[in-house]
Amino acid sequence: MSAGAKSGTLVVCKDCDAVYSRQPLPWQSRARCLRCHGALYRDHREGFDGTIALATAGLIAFVITNVYPVMSINMQGSSNTATLWQTVLAPERYGLGAVSVLVAMMVFFTPMLQLLLTLYVAIPLHLRHRPRGFATAMHALRYLRPWSMVEVFMLGALVAVAKLAGLASVAPGVGLWGLVGLTVLMTLLLLDDPHRFWDAADTCVDGLGDKVARTV
Amino acid sequence: MSTRVVTAHSIGLRPCHVCGQVHRAAGAQAIRCPRCQTRLRVREHNSVSRTWAYLLATAILYIPANVLPILQTQQLLVTRDDTILSGIAELWRSGAWDLALIVFVASILVPLVKIVSLSFLLISVQRRSSWHPKARTRLYRMIDFIGHWSMLDVFVVSLLAALVQFGPYAHAQPESGAVAFGAVVVLTMLASMSFDPRLIWDTVPAGPVPDSITDD
Repeated sequence: MSAGAKSGTLVVCKDCDAVYSRQPLPWQSRARCLRCHGALYRDHREGFDGTIALATAGLIAFVITNVYPVMSINMQGSSNTATLWQTVLAPERYGLGAVSVLVAMMVFFTPMLQLLLTLYVAIPLHLRHRPRGFATAMHALRYLRPWSMVEVFMLGALVAVAKLAGLASVAPGVGLWGLVGLTVLMTLLLLDDPHRFWDAADTCVDGLGDKVARTV
Repeated sequence: MSTRVVTAHSIGLRPCHVCGQVHRAAGAQAIRCPRCQTRLRVREHNSVSRTWAYLLATAILYIPANVLPILQTQQLLVTRDDTILSGIAELWRSGAWDLALIVFVASILVPLVKIVSLSFLLISVQRRSSWHPKARTRLYRMIDFIGHWSMLDVFVVSLLAALVQFGPYAHAQPESGAVAFGAVVVLTMLASMSFDPRLIWDTVPAGPVPDSITDD
């Protein structure tokens, strides 16, 4: 589907500045830099339907994570549950608002924006349209990328279970399974190479409706 | 058959690592990528001093992050304050040695390894060392990849504070060490983001390399 960058165009290693000429790659394989072994580019013959499927599934997992409790605890007959947002807000109750802001950013806002923005750019590109604000969305995705920590939060939930094991009976909630799904889907989604979005957008008609193909 | 590695800088090319396009630029003149408007610099602006600044701030905050308690737990009449290290010791004593090890690596080892490794990389770059550039680049990629796992303990503390709310019977609350610790994680991430790995290669003479550049 997506045209991708033409073979023969130049590609530069981001880690060591070495210049290469793009060559056609075997299906879904990856070219690495000869000097520093950094990733250069991947085979991009697949379209955006996989991306859309992953992001949609990720959004469903995200909703499950947020609607259902992540964990429940039972202690001497009384029980308590924690949803993702209760976890985010807990430090703030004790005057540690800064911690709440960090947690909210890393396990709620960043993954949510990543999923929504990915769909916002991938669906039009799949239909060969360049969405309005494409560049802004792509830059936002780049800035968000390092700050998404769903997988770390999932491991944190396991550690919390172990810490409470001797003290009370702990049960994973539906939200924890949502978190597991979200971790897997986000990981797969972030394997994608953002450069191919830019390359694909170059060959699309403008989102404003005028049928002028953008030059490569 | 072999080709020589040519760097983009040496032949007047300016790659855009945001969208992947490569452009021509004479000397050190400032240009913007025509496709995505990213400012294209020969090397990251003030990479070395910015990374040092973040590292220094990290090293200073590393002390309160480890000395101050991050979690207070209270069970009936017993109240205890845990620092990161004492929390790990407690986890170890309770028999969860595997999770204790994970938390130790994520919370103690990773930030320390990041501070030491980045300092080493910065000094080697400042001394224009040509010692094992490939290994140093690998080291950089590794610390850039593992950085966000240190957030683990902050998530654990938030989860415990959300879950363990049984009034006078049992109670958990986060403490100020968590703020310092969260700041350490964010600062180490900013430090590794501001380091430009191409500096490692700038002092390395281009050598002959084999022809094929694909692998998977």
